[in-house]
Amino acid sequence: MRRVLPVLSAVAMVAAPALAQQEQSTAPFAYRQLEDPAKERAAMDLMETLRCLQCQGQSIADSDAPIAGSMRSLVRERIKAGESPEEIRAWLIERYGDYVSYAPQLTEVTWPLFAVPLVFLLIAVLLLRRRFTLRREVEERGAGDEGEEA
Amino acid sequence: MSANRKAPEGRARAPRWAIWLPLAFFVGFVALVMTGLLKPADRTVRSALVGKPMPSFDLPPALPGRPGLSSSELANGKVHLVNIFASWCIPCRVEAPQLAQLQRAGVEIEGISVRDSRENLEGFLATNGDPFDSIGADDDGQVQLALGSSGVPETYIVDGKGVIRYQHVGEIRPEQLDVILARIQEAGQ
Repeated sequence: MRRVLPVLSAVAMVAAPALAQQEQSTAPFAYRQLEDPAKERAAMDLMETLRCLQCQGQSIADSDAPIAGSMRSLVRERIKAGESPEEIRAWLIERYGDYVSYAPQLTEVTWPLFAVPLVFLLIAVLLLRRRFTLRREVEERGAGDEGEEA
Repeated sequence: MSANRKAPEGRARAPRWAIWLPLAFFVGFVALVMTGLLKPADRTVRSALVGKPMPSFDLPPALPGRPGLSSSELANGKVHLVNIFASWCIPCRVEAPQLAQLQRAGVEIEGISVRDSRENLEGFLATNGDPFDSIGADDDGQVQLALGSSGVPETYIVDGKGVIRYQHVGEIRPEQLDVILARIQEAGQ
């Protein structure tokens, strides 16, 4: 073991820079924040709602995949240049489809997602109204027929 | 009015078959879960740009003395195969013989090398062959994103007007060559 350790550490010393070179992305803002904190926050908020195309369960803010680095750099560069987050989202959706965005978009396919809760709410209101009016009728009639009961 | 009068005694009873409804819902739910488990949905992210013009880009040469790649060169009246690849990508090695075969068939193949270094690229081409007319260096991966590509390798068939006609995601396997050649012919008409 005593002999293995120096060898291992030597290997680690040689291997570490090599690995670092591989992981290093040439995209300028893959791992660098924007200087303006407000813009960095806007970029971060957007990055958290964009899907990494390689590890599809992760946002590009969470992912260490190289393509996620390129996407982060794209987001930061465009935010820096003054583009709005929704414009950047639209640019990516134009290329990758809605799947790239975690924030659901209102399209002809997704509108039921937004409409169904409203429909349920409407049905609930109608049902409750019927129930309340029924009860009132019953109470009124009950009061007329048999006097006060409740 | 008669319905209203009945109401206080107890509401109209549900039909007898209704007792099976919860079970039916449960069975339906299990069937849904099982289909999702046994036949998972296709998670391939395809470019939404198929059928649309190639986005404009201008990439510097990846290797000295060789041409780079710009989108205007693709709209020169000929069909081009644009192959997105990298030396660090293992499946790219798998498709190298197929690319060589396509080149022998007279297909013009242009390369976009993604997030790569010159030395690694030279090594990759030396081992796996070099079927490319030109190779553009997409060092920060921005052109890859502009093309709607979600990984390497990917291959686009671009017609003479610079319109993307087909996208192949993943390596081109030998049994897929026929499809690729047919699509190239289609794009040339």
